[in-house]
Amino acid sequence: MATPAIIIEQALKETQQPHRTRGKIALNDLEKRLLNEYQKGLPLTPTPFADIATALGTSEALVLKILDRLQELGVISRVGPVFKPKRVGASTLAAMAIPEEKLERVADQISAYTEVNHNYEREDSYNLWFVVTAPNQQRLDAVLQEMEQQTGYPILYLPLEKQFHIDLGFPLWC
Amino acid sequence: MVLSEQDYQLIAEIQGGLPLTSHPYAEIGERIGLDEQRVIERIEAMQASGVIKRLGIVVRHHELGYTANAMVVWDVPDDRVDEVGEKLGALDCITLCYQRPRRLPDWPYNLFCMIHGQEREKVLAYIDKLVNSEGLNTIPHKVLFSGRRFKQRGARYQ
Repeated sequence: MATPAIIIEQALKETQQPHRTRGKIALNDLEKRLLNEYQKGLPLTPTPFADIATALGTSEALVLKILDRLQELGVISRVGPVFKPKRVGASTLAAMAIPEEKLERVADQISAYTEVNHNYEREDSYNLWFVVTAPNQQRLDAVLQEMEQQTGYPILYLPLEKQFHIDLGFPLWC
Repeated sequence: MVLSEQDYQLIAEIQGGLPLTSHPYAEIGERIGLDEQRVIERIEAMQASGVIKRLGIVVRHHELGYTANAMVVWDVPDDRVDEVGEKLGALDCITLCYQRPRRLPDWPYNLFCMIHGQEREKVLAYIDKLVNSEGLNTIPHKVLFSGRRFKQRGARYQ
């Protein structure tokens, strides 16, 4: 006789698998609950996925299958730790105001620095925003100065002073 | 917290993700010669000390249609920064909340927070709502939506 978990599993197989609708991926209720409730607090027990399954009223096999599939689809990057950025070295958020027609060229110049890991456009007169990380403050200052000279535009230097929130993921109702 | 050579080995094994199997911690332990209980204890210790911020499913919200990413910047009187920062940082849909220096006269904003949503209108409505509910009407703010991503590279722990 089929256990409830197997019945759920079969029902899910037959109904909603995650799928793309116009490039956007639709999730079923179980998948949403999994993603909302376990972006933090993965059980530190010998069988974390079985324990999650129990909490959600389903089977370990289904939880693992969903996670596998969501990883394949690129909806989750991994199930694992998010580390606090290492406090050695120096880093900062920085911004520049670049005329629209020159934005792409300057963005490429900035992206070329190995010290830059994020570089993106924002809708504002300050339209180029990036994060610079260096082994020490002296090197950070030198990189910022070099960027200003190379591009010909001043940099708004906005280092972190105080953090009020640590990234714990966010629920899918936002 | 001082990390041992063994902790660094453990970090190297788990930073790309746990194996999606019944006994992931035992499997990780086998690779580096630790027993399951020890792996669990070390991860617990790293979480307690803050080296690990969270352990769980790392969602790529962009893939789920969360493409409206707003940085909201606020010009908060210096004596209210802590109060406002803590209020904003505690909200579910705000993922980051930082104090940064003003750069006068060009940049008067000293508090930065990040909000993600599926649609720009909903994000703007959320901001309007929180301005009212948190009593922030007198604090000037500006919303900067993100556009093109020129470079994005996840930081790795070494």
